[in-house]
Amino acid sequence: MAEIYLIAYDGSDTAERALNYAAARAKASGAALILAHVLEWSPYSFLSAEEVAERHKRRKEEVGRAETVILDPIRKKLSAQGLSVSTEVRYGHIAEVICELATEYKATQIIVGRTGEKGLQARLFGSVPATLAQVAPVPCTIIP
Amino acid sequence: MKYALAALAATATLARPADASIAETIDSVFASSTGWFVNLIFANLPGTGIPWIVGWLVIGAFVFTLYFGFIQVRAFGHALQIVRGKYSDPKDAGEVSPFQALTAALSGTVGLGNIAGVAVAVSIGGAGATFWMILAGLLGMASKFTECTLGVKYRNEYPDGSVSGGPMYYIKKGFAERGLPLGGFMAIMFSIFCVLGALGGGNMFQANQAASQVQSVLGVPTWITGLVLSGIVFLVIVGGIKSIARVTEKVVPFMGGGYFIVGMAILILNWDMIGWAFSEIIRGAFTDTGIIGGMVGAIIQGFRRAAFSNEAGIGSAAIAHSAVRTKEPISEGFVSLLEPFIDTVIICTMTALVIIITQQLLIDANTGMYLLDANGRIQNVEGVGAGVPLTSAAFGSAFGWAPYALSVAVFLFAFSTMITWSYYGVKAWTYMFGEGETKELVFKLAFCFFIFVGAVTSLDAVIDFSDAALFSMAIFNIIALYFLMPIVKRELNSYLLRLKSGQIKAYK
Repeated sequence: MAEIYLIAYDGSDTAERALNYAAARAKASGAALILAHVLEWSPYSFLSAEEVAERHKRRKEEVGRAETVILDPIRKKLSAQGLSVSTEVRYGHIAEVICELATEYKATQIIVGRTGEKGLQARLFGSVPATLAQVAPVPCTIIP
Repeated sequence: MKYALAALAATATLARPADASIAETIDSVFASSTGWFVNLIFANLPGTGIPWIVGWLVIGAFVFTLYFGFIQVRAFGHALQIVRGKYSDPKDAGEVSPFQALTAALSGTVGLGNIAGVAVAVSIGGAGATFWMILAGLLGMASKFTECTLGVKYRNEYPDGSVSGGPMYYIKKGFAERGLPLGGFMAIMFSIFCVLGALGGGNMFQANQAASQVQSVLGVPTWITGLVLSGIVFLVIVGGIKSIARVTEKVVPFMGGGYFIVGMAILILNWDMIGWAFSEIIRGAFTDTGIIGGMVGAIIQGFRRAAFSNEAGIGSAAIAHSAVRTKEPISEGFVSLLEPFIDTVIICTMTALVIIITQQLLIDANTGMYLLDANGRIQNVEGVGAGVPLTSAAFGSAFGWAPYALSVAVFLFAFSTMITWSYYGVKAWTYMFGEGETKELVFKLAFCFFIFVGAVTSLDAVIDFSDAALFSMAIFNIIALYFLMPIVKRELNSYLLRLKSGQIKAYK
């Protein structure tokens, strides 16, 4: 079975490192890459009436921006290197969505950068890599 | 924008030296210029003591309840499941969720009506008003269901993804679809009263109560609160500083929850009195307890407050709900029918119970009749005015700090209701005059000006005008609902069939 790597990619430095690591491995193993960009979103947050009215428009803008600014340049770059790359933009709780995508695409490995939350925030809410390390349905590599 | 700020500053300097006299002038001009309109709307049915408009709303709610076969009972559980996200397609994540649609619409209705309005109702109508308020709240759920379903069905969707909807849109399009005349005229009439309602109940009433509470607890003159509120609202709706609104939207639901918890705590502390409180409510609802108008007086006050608080049949919530992107108009209607329940049956009843259970209203121990003051209001222990001060005294009698917390809550509730209503007002305004930034600006500036007017005028003049404007929206909205309800029924039957067959599927 062909390898499929799912990479959580948000354009940050650590995500970049995770991507480079994945790309290098993929060249060796012939794995396909899926770049997932997840926009943090809770259906239980509060919106004002005006935000409700503008939500659909904003969502289209956000998805468009994620695709054109963050994902497209990378996909072109990696495709040029002969890698098979697809992209996905989703909304939701980041770690949960990554797990769902891993199952949906039958990924063989999840690759994420270490985000490095420290102190109270990390203690209260945990971090995406830490959560993935605990609940990921497939092996998960965390890149420092 | 600069000019407007300068104008606000000028008002401030003008108001300072002759504060009291200017307030009085505005008050008397206001009362005399709106009095005829108030009298027309609240005219009694011939030969009875019942204002025709109250009967209009309650009969409407009753008709919808029967026509849709007690939909508020049948769909209650399903509505909760929708709000929990059971039927939300995960692919739609990032769109407005049913929960967000519900809370956004609630932030326009949960507000001072629940705190001040209820206090006014029980201080005129006695404990019995509570019973009729709950009944009207339960019936109102069917009105809300009907109007919000139509709001979604007949909204306008624009190429850029934004939407506009509400009674003015469903009246016009729905009437055209059914081949009925006068749709355009009624839509315009609704819009006119929606603008007035936004300036009245959605604005001046809120400003007025916030200002009087801040004055009575912290001793700040009303014109200062008026200026501050109008300044902040100006920054948000004209200046585009959304962060203030965003913070409030996050804080207000917690204030609502906190209000409920503190109220519950007072009820639990007085648990031995709960049975007595309910017997007082039933006694007041069905017998003459010495209030003006006797039992009918209690009915009027209860119905009036319920309608004013949850806005069922008024058409306002349809504007908020129609903005939600959903494939099923009926599911949005189901979500909306929870609003009168949360607003009236839970929160308003809490306020009434706290006032009753802390025994703020004076009762003659020998006759069991309420003691009235010169204005026909029931006297209270502290001798404070009806409205927020009475609620404040009731909460204060249990917890000394409660009036201060209540001041903050009143201020924030007032603010969030104003922001929501400014949106409703803008939608009605642009329906009449067309979309456009300058046109919106005119309305928004007027909106800020009326905040100040509302803050400095007397309670009675403002409360009467805001009720009258809100209820006028209901005249046209409910006529339209009668004509369009067969369309809702068709949608409802189709939805229920598809739900049963599994075509509408649960994702969780």
